[in-house]
Amino acid sequence: MSAIATAPAQDHHDDHGHHHKQTFITKYIFSTDHKMIAKQYLITGILMGIVGIMMSVLFRLQLAWPEESFVIFEWLLGDKWAPEGVMTPSIYLALVTIHGTIMVFFVLTAGLSGTFSNLLIPLQIGARDMASGFMNMLSYWLFFISCVIMLSSLFIESGPASAGWTIYPPLSALPQAIGGSGMGMTLWLISMAIFIASSLLGSLNYIVTVLNLRTKGMSMMRLPLTIWAFFITAVIGVVSFPVLLSAALLLIMDRSFGTSFFLSDIYIQGEVLSHQGGSPVLFEHLFWFLGHPEVYIVILPAMGIVSEVLATNSRKPIFGYRAMVASILAIAFLSTIVWGHHMFVSGMNPFLGSVFTFTTLLIAIPSAVKAFNWITTLWKGNLQMNPAMLFSIGFVSTFITGGLTGIILGDSTLDINVHDTYFVIAHFHLVMGISAIYGLLAGVYHWFPKMFGRMMNKNLGYVHFWITAVGAYGVFFPMHFIGLAGLPRRYYTNTAFPYFDDLADVNVIITVFAIITAGVQVVFLYNFFSSIFFGQKATQNPWNATTLEWTTPVEHIHGNWPGAIPSVYRWSYDYSKMNLDGTDYVIPGQDFVPQNVPLQDHEEELNH
Amino acid sequence: MTVFLVIIVLALLAVTGWQMSKIFQLSKGPGAESSEIANDNDNRQQAKLMLWFMIFLYVGMAYSFWHWSKLYLPESASEHGNEVDTLMFISIGLIMVVQVITQALLHWFAYKYQGKKGNRALFFADNDKLEFIWTIIPVITLAGLIIYGLFTWSDIMNIGEDEDPIVIEIYAKQFSWQARYAGEDNTLGEANVRFIEGINTVGLNVNDSYADDDKITTELHLPVGKKVLFKFRSQDVLHSAYFPHFRAQMNVVPGMVTQFAFTPDITTAEMRNSDYMVDKVKTINEIRKENSEILMAEGEAPLDSYEFDYFLLCNKICGDAHYNMQMKIIVESEEEYNQWLSEQDEFAAVMESQE
Repeated sequence: MSAIATAPAQDHHDDHGHHHKQTFITKYIFSTDHKMIAKQYLITGILMGIVGIMMSVLFRLQLAWPEESFVIFEWLLGDKWAPEGVMTPSIYLALVTIHGTIMVFFVLTAGLSGTFSNLLIPLQIGARDMASGFMNMLSYWLFFISCVIMLSSLFIESGPASAGWTIYPPLSALPQAIGGSGMGMTLWLISMAIFIASSLLGSLNYIVTVLNLRTKGMSMMRLPLTIWAFFITAVIGVVSFPVLLSAALLLIMDRSFGTSFFLSDIYIQGEVLSHQGGSPVLFEHLFWFLGHPEVYIVILPAMGIVSEVLATNSRKPIFGYRAMVASILAIAFLSTIVWGHHMFVSGMNPFLGSVFTFTTLLIAIPSAVKAFNWITTLWKGNLQMNPAMLFSIGFVSTFITGGLTGIILGDSTLDINVHDTYFVIAHFHLVMGISAIYGLLAGVYHWFPKMFGRMMNKNLGYVHFWITAVGAYGVFFPMHFIGLAGLPRRYYTNTAFPYFDDLADVNVIITVFAIITAGVQVVFLYNFFSSIFFGQKATQNPWNATTLEWTTPVEHIHGNWPGAIPSVYRWSYDYSKMNLDGTDYVIPGQDFVPQNVPLQDHEEELNH
Repeated sequence: MTVFLVIIVLALLAVTGWQMSKIFQLSKGPGAESSEIANDNDNRQQAKLMLWFMIFLYVGMAYSFWHWSKLYLPESASEHGNEVDTLMFISIGLIMVVQVITQALLHWFAYKYQGKKGNRALFFADNDKLEFIWTIIPVITLAGLIIYGLFTWSDIMNIGEDEDPIVIEIYAKQFSWQARYAGEDNTLGEANVRFIEGINTVGLNVNDSYADDDKITTELHLPVGKKVLFKFRSQDVLHSAYFPHFRAQMNVVPGMVTQFAFTPDITTAEMRNSDYMVDKVKTINEIRKENSEILMAEGEAPLDSYEFDYFLLCNKICGDAHYNMQMKIIVESEEEYNQWLSEQDEFAAVMESQE
């Protein structure tokens, strides 16, 4: 390691006034330190992930072997929801609903963006902490409360929310229509309202921090792509989450106070309801105005992480930095004007369908640019196959596979016949589910040394990656075909239609892969938790990366840098840069130049 | 053939396991670095696995297309559906070309450029020309797809009034469908949930004379070759009327009337006799026979043997029995259709008989 890279970190100044005695509670529970909050987000996210993935295994069992008795159902769901071990339709729908909610919001929004925005924004831009540490703490604890409320809804008598994670009214508004729309739905809405507050507090903090607290020399165009991704994600969140909040509030009014925003002309259980004049389509608009940007809120942080990990482990600059930034901006802008592609057959004016087809297919262009740039980043690299690198390559693979089918779904004509079938399930699980989880895992493997001062076991990481990679394709690739066969999603069983009998064996294959894939995550959990305590001690910059977080000491300190905050003199991708003569790297014998290293003699200054 | 796939997967997993055990051995051997950072050895092993993974991916895709392409719906039974299918096949072809090329590049680069101590990566930060090329190619391709798609979309969704279509209302409630034929006047009578009372289950206005000749049925009969305009109405929650064989779908929204029109062009009898359907029904009946034997061994009733019929299903989560909300559709010649329709009771007559 270069003396130049570590110079600022080596002299210890204890006089900058950030050290004071911390109790267990202020250090681990009500901490205002961004690094601790990041860990809290990550571990909460992982725990929610365990619940969400377990749910998917349960309903996959039901789909492969419909209405068969399983001991595990009896054990986990109890006599009420699984009499004699056979899953009931109500709990099937509840599992599907809560699986979606947990994975999208609690794991992939809070667990991914919450963890890495908190960890990396101050460290990579050269700030001592977030703009408001207190708001940051508040954001985590609101998230925690919303998790508790969501999980508690699993235990109430009428069952958890079960109208699908999109909670379209009137189904979600009327307890007469489905059991889960009683107390379960109330708790769902309260939990989500708190979640949105948490997300907004977090996002505002990220935006302010990135704009105001960059260290000297850290211009916007010198930011690592991770920060660009987190920054833009936060902007999209601030723009779109309030709309979901308004939809949730209006739904609460309809449910509890007799208003008619979304309800009209309803006759149910022998009586006409007094609601008049509302429209469920209005709810769909409001929901998807968040719902579609939400998928970019999920995927952009993963893209940022992958860009960073790919460049570091390829020992090459990310290809086309400016194009990468531009495509993040383009995706962010377009993401707010494509929501209608979820509603081609909702009954809205077909002309709107044309407009949304146009904007939706436009979004394929920046996505394609990103995919090509990642592939080119690998080209002629010196690839270091660390587990984080494998997950990043896996990300590019699943992002392409899943993204391409978006061209079919985004086309209103083709959507008519695959709308709400398993084709959609295959598409979005690959492109935002699996890909975002790969991004999350890449981030965990890559920044684990920064978070816990120890390394994760690489061999367990390899086992984890390969079985997950095979399994994820095994689960979701076959789904395209049963979707094209016309099989609808959210069906408790397909046996009511003998026409679908020949799809049963495909469903068995999918479930077997799902069980294997879910099972191998135990390897990750073991690796993660045991490495926190027993992992090999990390060095300061284990991956030889250029970004600022690796100039901080391994031991976490309040304020991040013991001395002055380092200044920045270059962009974050000077990997394998040669000196002017082309005889050696810029710093002889070292294939990377950290951002805090000034321009060297014999180095060409480049404008990226 | 499922066995074949399972064997391939197991073989690949075995290869993975074998390579893994080698890695473990090597990493534990004397003199090996005990670092958790990938060394040259790891790079080589993992790069090789990338290549194996690429093979898995391609074999998997080939297998899926080879065996499961037949799961695609039969030839469209509506006129516009053929357009939809053509566009679908063009799109699938196109994305598979991109998929095959990009996945090959990705995994091949991952294999080819495996890290070695002493190797130098190329400092290659940008290239405007390359980036321009891969921006403009998607732009052109997508422009083509968008234009094709939009023309087809407006053809399907713009219902020409001059064609004088047959008007049929599809009425949805938890968890069944009904059809309402407009009768002689081809005009549906006024309806609202507030008129629901007794046997007037779809809420027709008894004072509206247009309603008198309406006919309400639980089976949907359609004449072949005539354009049908469907008006959808729901009495309780959102449903979605999905006619997979006709490439048609529209949500059914309480509080408003949605619509979709298509012209069925293959009768039920023709579809039953098509090669595709004969094969499919045969396969299904074999599966059902096997399942029946298992059921009978357990002392339960066997499954009925299956005969194909078009169906309408609900494709928007609508409650506990959402999975079993269906209606039989019969496409037949115009004479058969008229014959059947004339046997159905008119609304006014039904109401009178009740009094």
